[in-house]
Amino acid sequence: MSIESTSPGTSAPGTSTVQPPRGTVVADGKPARRHRPLTGAQIAGQFVRYLILIIAAVLFLVPFYLILRNGLASDPEITSPRWTLFPEQLHWENFGELFSDKAVNILGGLRVSAIVAVLQTIGQLLFSSMAGYGLARIPYKHANKIFYATLVTLMIPAAVTFIPTFLIVSQLRWVNTLQGIIVPTLFSGFTTFLFRQYFLNFPKELEEAARVDGLGWFGAFIRVVVPNSLAFFSAIAVITFINSWNAFLWPLVIGQDSSMWTVQVALSTLMTAQTINLHELFLAAAVAIAPLVLVFLFLQRYLVQGVAETGLKG
Amino acid sequence: MAAVNAVEPSGSRGRVGGSAGTIGPAGRKGRGLRGVTGAFWLFVGPFLLGLLIFVYIPIIWSVVLSFSQAQNTVTPSTWVGLANYIDLLKPGPFLDSLIDFCIFAIFIVPLTFVLSLLLAVLLNRIRIARAFFRSVFFIPTACSYVVASMIWKLSIFNGVRFGLANTVLSWFGIDNVAWLATPSPPLYWVAIVTARLWLQVGFYMILFIAGLQRISPQLYEAAEVDGAKPGWQVFRYITFPQLRATSVAVLLLLFIAAFQAFDEFFNLMGNSSLARPPLVYLYYTALGNQDFGRGSAGAVILALLIMIVSLAQGKLFGFGKAAE
Repeated sequence: MSIESTSPGTSAPGTSTVQPPRGTVVADGKPARRHRPLTGAQIAGQFVRYLILIIAAVLFLVPFYLILRNGLASDPEITSPRWTLFPEQLHWENFGELFSDKAVNILGGLRVSAIVAVLQTIGQLLFSSMAGYGLARIPYKHANKIFYATLVTLMIPAAVTFIPTFLIVSQLRWVNTLQGIIVPTLFSGFTTFLFRQYFLNFPKELEEAARVDGLGWFGAFIRVVVPNSLAFFSAIAVITFINSWNAFLWPLVIGQDSSMWTVQVALSTLMTAQTINLHELFLAAAVAIAPLVLVFLFLQRYLVQGVAETGLKG
Repeated sequence: MAAVNAVEPSGSRGRVGGSAGTIGPAGRKGRGLRGVTGAFWLFVGPFLLGLLIFVYIPIIWSVVLSFSQAQNTVTPSTWVGLANYIDLLKPGPFLDSLIDFCIFAIFIVPLTFVLSLLLAVLLNRIRIARAFFRSVFFIPTACSYVVASMIWKLSIFNGVRFGLANTVLSWFGIDNVAWLATPSPPLYWVAIVTARLWLQVGFYMILFIAGLQRISPQLYEAAEVDGAKPGWQVFRYITFPQLRATSVAVLLLLFIAAFQAFDEFFNLMGNSSLARPPLVYLYYTALGNQDFGRGSAGAVILALLIMIVSLAQGKLFGFGKAAE
């Protein structure tokens, strides 16, 4: 793949947007723009940095480019031994074909994914914020012990408990149902832990004032604590939504019928099917990542902050 | 999870002690212990109930099943003691899967660590288009392993003439390479490792950028006064040591994430014995063969391994110190 970099000028989309920084290396050399003029070595250093970054950026964009190229090409072009940078003609009608193809049922997959991701996000926010608040703020004498009991569950990754959880869900006769996919994912020790840490640092004065004014624990939580924590709630919501949208193992285990496939499970299954049109498959992948790529583009700054602060996904 | 250990020692004890102080104001309102108790269970109860049903009971059930003969049944009658464990730990597919995991970890952990740190440092030291490059490296995080596997398997490393990797190789006169089906040398690792690199480097890069931004500029000024050469020396003696906490967290997360590898192996390699990490093996054992006893034993072994690795890493690198 690194050989791709031999032709950075001609390959991926985005290269043109990468161009400005190169010019600016020179601009940086002008003393007027800086407190101190750059030495020759510093200019060379900047140049090398940009060169590495541009090469890396091109490599990182290649997969996105491939999705679009193959999704909008005709099948003979995708499998042609004479590989071209762009399809001779962009087949926008591929979209119509994809959405009307009953065998792919991409809309069904999107629907299941959307329901699962939205409900999982709401559920985790609800249960985890309340539990986190209770553990952080309500002076119950066994609170610490219960906190440690939830900490223990963090040591055991969900991926490892999928077998017994599957057994529980199958005893409940929830296999192949939406609640089977969703309900077991609503209780996250990790999200609860993050909320607890957050509420420990929440200014006490605010809620105490509310309590003095006659609100109970719950009233203070709903009327004062939550409205003043919306930024944190949103960060957790976005991270949970991303994880849920991209989840694969659990939806694969529970969604056994094609009507219960999330987009990811549908893609994975179609990938191994021999009958599918390649361009439809690539276009379906593009549609599957589109919601999150848009979220990333628009909430970029905010997301980066969320990741850096809460540290994590999972 | 790293955050857990990182924050816990300095955070929880002091803080919980502190929050106990709020009993005062609460008591002042004339609410008895029962009010506090009731409120606590109102907030924490629903969550704990869910945790009990979907985490604790499954774990206990798993342990019970792991000591039982449980093929095609979830209510085992025959207690077989450690037989499932002994079976799994004999030379065989499960042990092979652990070896596959080790090979994977040996590649993916250091590579992700170095590349994400490199990108973070480079981004931190350029002046223009920083946000643009950060977005480019971060956006693959939005993609799922399934989508990445698809691009990798059907377009880049598909082993036939029209694959991107083979097209590029052909410019240099190199013949087609069957990337996912070549066992010696095991070229499928190239596809597996690069897919995960693409997906996760940006995420860890963000963690490193956050770490870099917390380093006090005064340290760099002091280093300059002391005559440290900008570049490698400053990185070696100032930047890297200051990133200790972040580095420990990143390493731990990388290990745990590697242990849980499933999606890309499942989609790139299927049930191939060439590269089948523990979770893929367990998936086919439990849900394919319906052998819940062995599957549970494998899950217990895997969970124990992850716990040991986390604890050992915590001890080794000192999470107490890692807390800021």
